[in-house]
Amino acid sequence: MTDVEVETELANSGARPVAEGLFTWPDTPRLIATSCVACATTTFPKQASCPRCTGTDMREVTLATRGRLWTWTIQGFEPKPPYAGPIPFEPYGVGYVELAADAPGASSVLVESRLSESSPDRLAIGAEMELQIVPFRRDDDGTEVVTFSFRPAEAAGE
Amino acid sequence: MDVAIVGVGIHPFGRHPGVSGLEQGAFAVREALADAGIGWTDVQCAFGGSASSGNADSLVSNLGLTGVPFVNVYNGCATGGSALAMADRAIRSGDYDVTLALGFDKHSRGAFNANPESAGIGRWYGETGMMLTTQFFGMKIQRYLHDYGLPSEILAKVAAKAFRNGSLNPNAWRRKPLSEEEILSAPMLSNPLTQFMFCNPGEGAVALILCRADQAHRFSGRPVKLRSVSFKTRRFGSFEVFSPWLSPERVPGPTVEAAAAAFEAAGIGPEDMDVAQIQDTESGAEIMHMAETGLCKDGDQGALLGSGATEIGGRMPINTDGGCLANGEPIGASGLRQVYENVLQLRGDAGDRQVPGNPKAAFTHVYGAPGLSACTVMTV
Ligand SMILES: [Zn+2]
Repeated sequence: MTDVEVETELANSGARPVAEGLFTWPDTPRLIATSCVACATTTFPKQASCPRCTGTDMREVTLATRGRLWTWTIQGFEPKPPYAGPIPFEPYGVGYVELAADAPGASSVLVESRLSESSPDRLAIGAEMELQIVPFRRDDDGTEVVTFSFRPAEAAGE
Repeated sequence: MDVAIVGVGIHPFGRHPGVSGLEQGAFAVREALADAGIGWTDVQCAFGGSASSGNADSLVSNLGLTGVPFVNVYNGCATGGSALAMADRAIRSGDYDVTLALGFDKHSRGAFNANPESAGIGRWYGETGMMLTTQFFGMKIQRYLHDYGLPSEILAKVAAKAFRNGSLNPNAWRRKPLSEEEILSAPMLSNPLTQFMFCNPGEGAVALILCRADQAHRFSGRPVKLRSVSFKTRRFGSFEVFSPWLSPERVPGPTVEAAAAAFEAAGIGPEDMDVAQIQDTESGAEIMHMAETGLCKDGDQGALLGSGATEIGGRMPINTDGGCLANGEPIGASGLRQVYENVLQLRGDAGDRQVPGNPKAAFTHVYGAPGLSACTVMTV
C-alpha cells in the first residue's frame, strides 16, 4: 500500500488526531496555524496573540505541505511520560521544517515535527520534506490516533 | 560601591544518599562562613534557592534564627545567578555590608522530565515525543556545526577535556578521564550527541559571602572583586528549548546580551579574561557559548580546541573544574559552582587544576531553560 493509500484508509477508519486544532482532518490534511494581522508573524499551533508584536488580532491560516528541513536529530532513547508512542520503542527523527503559510503576506514558520526517517544518512539540512499524517498509537477503546510527520519529499508516493 | 567575594563554600557535587539538598546547602554556608572568618550572625541579608529541593530561607532553623532577611529565589537555571545578582545589588545599593548568595539542589537520576502544560504547551507535544531538552540540544548544535562547517568530532574533544579536568577536582562527580574514542562510540542519544556528551542531573551546593570591597580586609579570605553580574532572558527569534515552532527570523540568544552587559559593566572585555567557566550542559553548548560570550568568533572553535587553547595550560582555559559534564547539574547550585571555581583560580588555590601564570580576570556564564543567561566578571 502506498503512503497516500494508508492516509486515505486512516481517514476512512475513524482515526482521530492526537489533538484538536493541529491539522485539518480527515479531508486534505494541512497544518493549522495563525498569522498576526499586524506583523504577519505565523505561529504553529494556533495562538490568540502574537509573541513578536504583542498584537491580539490573529487570523487562522493553513501551512504548505512541503518545505525544507532546517535542522534535525534522532531521538535515540525512549522518552518518559507523557510520551505515549508506539511500543516497543523505535528511534525516530525530529526536526524543524520551514513552511510557507497559505495566505498572502503571512510569514513562513519553522514547524517542529516528528520525521518518518530515522537514519542519519537520509536526513540533511536543506532537504525538501513533505507532510504526512501517520498512525501513532491506539486509544484504550482501539481508536487509531494519528499525528503529523514529515518525510523526505523524494519518497512521496513510493 | 565595589563588591568583593570574601568567602566561598561548596558541598561536593555528585550523589549523596541520605543527605538532603537543604543539608548540603547548610554545609556550603558553614564552609563559606569559615572561609570568610565570620559567623552566621554577621550575615546581614541572604538570597538563595533550589529548583526542587526546598526553600533556602528554611535554613535559618539550622544555621540560627538571627532575624536576617532571607529571600527565596526560584528562577530555573538562573537560580544561583539571580541570587548572586541580588546579593551584589544589596551591597551596591548601600543597604548592607555583608550578604550571602546560596544555591543547592538534589535531583534524582533522570530528573528533568518536562510537563507540557506547565510550559504552556499542549499535551500532544509531550505525547508525541518532542518535549526533551536533549533533542533541542542535538538540533541546535546540528544546525550550528552546519552553519560554520565544524566537524562533529570537536564535540568529543570538549567532553574529553571536561572529564580530564574533573579528574583533577576533588569536588567533581565524574573523576575518570574518558578518551575521545570512548566518547564518540558511546550510545547516540540525540544525533550528533552521544551519552558522554551530556551532563546528568545531580546534587550539590555552593555558598558565597559578599561584602563592600572597601571592607574586604576585615575578612580572612583573599578577596576577589565581583566586577559585574548580568542577567537577561530571550527575545523573539531566539532558538530555545520547547519550541513547537520558530520564526524564520533569527536573533542572538540571551547569552550574547548577558555577556556583553557583564563585560561593559566591568569595563574589560573577553580578550582580557585569563579563565572562563561557561555552561556546558552538553558538549555543543560549550562550543556555541564560546562564541556567544565573545571569547572567540563563530567557527574558530575547531582550531582552538585542536590547539589546546581551552585546556588548563592553554591561552583561554575553559571549564577548569570539569564543568557541568564532570560535575553534573544540581540546577540551583550550578551557576555558583562556576563562581566558586573562579574564586579559587584567582586566589591561586585551585590545586592540581590551577591555571598557571597568576590569572587576574575570570568570567562565568550560565544558560538555561526557557532561554535565560547570567554572567559575571571577577578580578584580583
Ligand atoms: Zn505580530
